[in-house]
Amino acid sequence: MAGSRRPFAPLRNLNAKIAAVPMIVTVLVVFVGCTLWTVVYSFTSSRSLPTLDFVGMDQYVRLFRTSRWTVSLKNLAIFGVLSLSFSLVLGFILAALMDQKIRFENTFRTIFLYPHALSFIVTGLVWQWILTPAYGVQKVVRDLGFETFTFPILTDGRFTIYAIVIAGLWQGTGLVMALMLAGLRNIDDEIWKAARVDGIPAWKTYLFIIIPMMRPVFITTLVIISATIVKVYDLVVALTNGGPGISSEVPAKYVYDLMFSRGNLGQGLAASTIMLTTVLIILVPWALLEFRPRYRKGEVSK
Amino acid sequence: MSSSLSSAEPRGSRPKRFLSPASIMIYSALLVAAIYYLIPLYVMIMTSLKGMPEIRLGNIFSPPVEVTFQPWATAWNSACTGLYCEGIKVGFFNSMKILVPSVILSIIIASVNGYALSNWRFKGSELFFTALIFGAFIPYQVMLYPLVIITRQLGIFGTLTGVVVIHTIFGMPILTLLFRNYFVSLPPELFKAARVDGAGFWRIFLQIMLPMSLPIFVVAVILQVTGIWNDFLFGVIFAGTKNFPMTVQLNNIVNSTQGVKEYNVNMAATILTGAVPLLVYFFSGKYFVRGIAAGAVKG
Repeated sequence: MAGSRRPFAPLRNLNAKIAAVPMIVTVLVVFVGCTLWTVVYSFTSSRSLPTLDFVGMDQYVRLFRTSRWTVSLKNLAIFGVLSLSFSLVLGFILAALMDQKIRFENTFRTIFLYPHALSFIVTGLVWQWILTPAYGVQKVVRDLGFETFTFPILTDGRFTIYAIVIAGLWQGTGLVMALMLAGLRNIDDEIWKAARVDGIPAWKTYLFIIIPMMRPVFITTLVIISATIVKVYDLVVALTNGGPGISSEVPAKYVYDLMFSRGNLGQGLAASTIMLTTVLIILVPWALLEFRPRYRKGEVSK
Repeated sequence: MSSSLSSAEPRGSRPKRFLSPASIMIYSALLVAAIYYLIPLYVMIMTSLKGMPEIRLGNIFSPPVEVTFQPWATAWNSACTGLYCEGIKVGFFNSMKILVPSVILSIIIASVNGYALSNWRFKGSELFFTALIFGAFIPYQVMLYPLVIITRQLGIFGTLTGVVVIHTIFGMPILTLLFRNYFVSLPPELFKAARVDGAGFWRIFLQIMLPMSLPIFVVAVILQVTGIWNDFLFGVIFAGTKNFPMTVQLNNIVNSTQGVKEYNVNMAATILTGAVPLLVYFFSGKYFVRGIAAGAVKG
């Protein structure tokens, strides 16, 4: 493989280096540079313009005293836990059903996956319409004769975050299903045969043999969804715009609003640094697990 | 109800018994799920074909008594986004203007880069590649403000060029991963033979690698078309008011506070915005699945 060649002069293999310039610039300037800039300036008193007047942890202290931010964090936690658990469970169940050598598999797959092709804005607006009390689900149920039925999911601040969960699941479960189905298809048929010979019922085989075998798929899926959950922004903007009041605010929206419409840069930067920390907390253990030296692969951890 | 035949041990795939109790349960579960997934699409289409009086009286699930295409025409030509009433078509053409150069530029850069990373590794190339993949996990919000400063310094903030550059940057990790993994999977003998024959970096890329990698380019195009079309955040920040993409215009139309809400027009505009990625999805099938699965493949 040409990969083993060692250049001795900087000019060797020059074309490849030229080809990699955009990547190098992106990594150094955007991923490293911009991130460091944000972290550094989150410790300053910047308002509408960045200044290098360091104030220690002040921005963070103020951030966690702001109810809008704590509500955002709480919402993100609810959204995250519910989306993760439901999309993993439902996605796996759908994939397991799809894996029963069924007919019309392609049709079902197309149906489950099409929301994933849509913009979060589209998803948010459709669900806003379906859940609007005056015309949507509430009215339909009332028209059926249940006249006292209330479904104030968009108007009562206690419930709005669940509307976002519902819309998010509609859009995201298909992806989980596709990833899980790919994982199931990678399981050796011999495993199934052996389980059948031993008379193990299918649900037990799934629970105690297949799912443990699919651990890498589950972990990768978990990481991918978690990273998108932390970023959730468009969906909230379209569905509730954070309202009513501040009841469905999320961190990404807090950052955007403080930076671009309220001109409070320090707060926005501190909030985005917290978002970065959240992602690192998810990412670092996974990276250590995934990219540990190859010879330990296959060894059971713990 | 296919016929089951022999007493011998079955070979190959399990025979399909269409109406056994187990399969009835499987199909009903799948059917219920499918209905849940289809309801929003159904509601969107039905609402967009009704007049406003019918919407006020009826319910969202009932099909239109009187089909009208007026909401579609209004949505396209004269729906209001705040001050202007020029319809969603403005956003459509803006999105196209953003989409075409972004897709082309990002794919050219990522394919050449992926090729260099697979066949022409140099000291540090793997390190940068790993950093690139990890960068994909950094929330955009962390890098937004510095990027605003940089693009402003370069004089491309609030322009088409600006948003194209941003899309190229943030498309790079997944596309590079896609192309690199594909080029690594090609037989190395090909590359070696071309080297022996004296072909260089660009010639091997253009004459040997490119013709062999059409499928992966299709996957990349699909990934980028849907991704960029559906973007909201970069469009709203970097494109400038004049160039707001369709998603931004759509949100402005539907969530604008003034005036009477025309739900049928809103839904028509929503379908129109979703139409491009949906068509790409329906016509590309397995390539789309490959594209999203690429995100799950380890580097």
